Amino acid sequence: MALLHTVNKSPFERNSLSDCLRRAKNGSAVLLIEDGVYGALQGTSASDEISSRDGSIKLYALGPDVDARGLSEKPLIDGLELIDYAGFVDLVEEYSSVQSWL
Amino acid sequence: MDYAVNGQTIGADEEGYITDMSTWSKELAGTIAVEEKIDMNDDHWEVVNFLRDYYEEYQIAPAVRVLTKAVKKSLGPDKGNSKYLYELFPYGPAKQACKIAGLPKPTGCV
Amino acid sequence: MEDWEEDEFDGPVKKFMYVNRKAPYGTVYALEGLEVVLITAAFDQDVSLVFIDDGVFQIKKDQETSGVNMKNFSPTYRALEGYEVEKVYAEKESLEARGLSEEDLVIPVEILSAAEISELMDTQDMIVSF
Repeated sequence: MALLHTVNKSPFERNSLSDCLRRAKNGSAVLLIEDGVYGALQGTSASDEISSRDGSIKLYALGPDVDARGLSEKPLIDGLELIDYAGFVDLVEEYSSVQSWL
Repeated sequence: MDYAVNGQTIGADEEGYITDMSTWSKELAGTIAVEEKIDMNDDHWEVVNFLRDYYEEYQIAPAVRVLTKAVKKSLGPDKGNSKYLYELFPYGPAKQACKIAGLPKPTGCV
Repeated sequence: MEDWEEDEFDGPVKKFMYVNRKAPYGTVYALEGLEVVLITAAFDQDVSLVFIDDGVFQIKKDQETSGVNMKNFSPTYRALEGYEVEKVYAEKESLEARGLSEEDLVIPVEILSAAEISELMDTQDMIVSF
């Protein structure tokens, strides 16, 4: 059974993303939403930690939250997939359960 | 305090600022102006249109001092001064003209 | 003909610094902070605005909020100049950690180091943090 993890806090302000990545098992998925989408940026002080899990966990970010914050033109982490609200619903369905790292 | 325009009811708060900016129309502006006891002429419209453009660009209704300065910059010193603007809108150009322009109450207007 | 005096505020002028530390949409701090800055500026005070930590994200350009049903208030930072708020600073370290540079910002700012910002804080009458 694989989990969908969601992170909604900026990795520069809270440790939620690290806390999540440390515990997310291979085969699970991490979805960045709200201020969590700042963790999707490439070339930041937070990006190595999340990039290193590409391939072992699936990485997603919610597109409307990325757009709202002016990040649509910035390079995002390799392997990370942008999804919309419908895609969010699909993920919730696909995984056995959702863990929210608030 | 709602307004009635062409048989439609337009929602407004207790001070008369409309609650949904997308419900604004020239006809509505005319109706609000009547409530404010202002007889709209081209000079009034110029200020109302200026405010709508300002809001479009900055997403706020300017404080009166900022409005005066911005009007001065774009329409010249004859119009960009308090006397002129208060003559057009005696109860305060920012408050009254913003209300007619369908904008929220100016930030910094107490 | 003499112009009426513009609404001059003749109380004492104090040095106010607003320190913005939060990203724009996840919490309401950024928007509330901006409103307070605009209100204070209307009273002719000596206002400085500082963006540090996640606060630098407030002035990221290209914000497009229609997909999340929230008001995009980033254009309002461009109105600050008209409110005579001309002392606007962003912290170098905070920008760099977030992969941002001057070209990413919606308004011109003076970029200062953390040490320089600390110095500036020491000279204020009042510091308000959001």
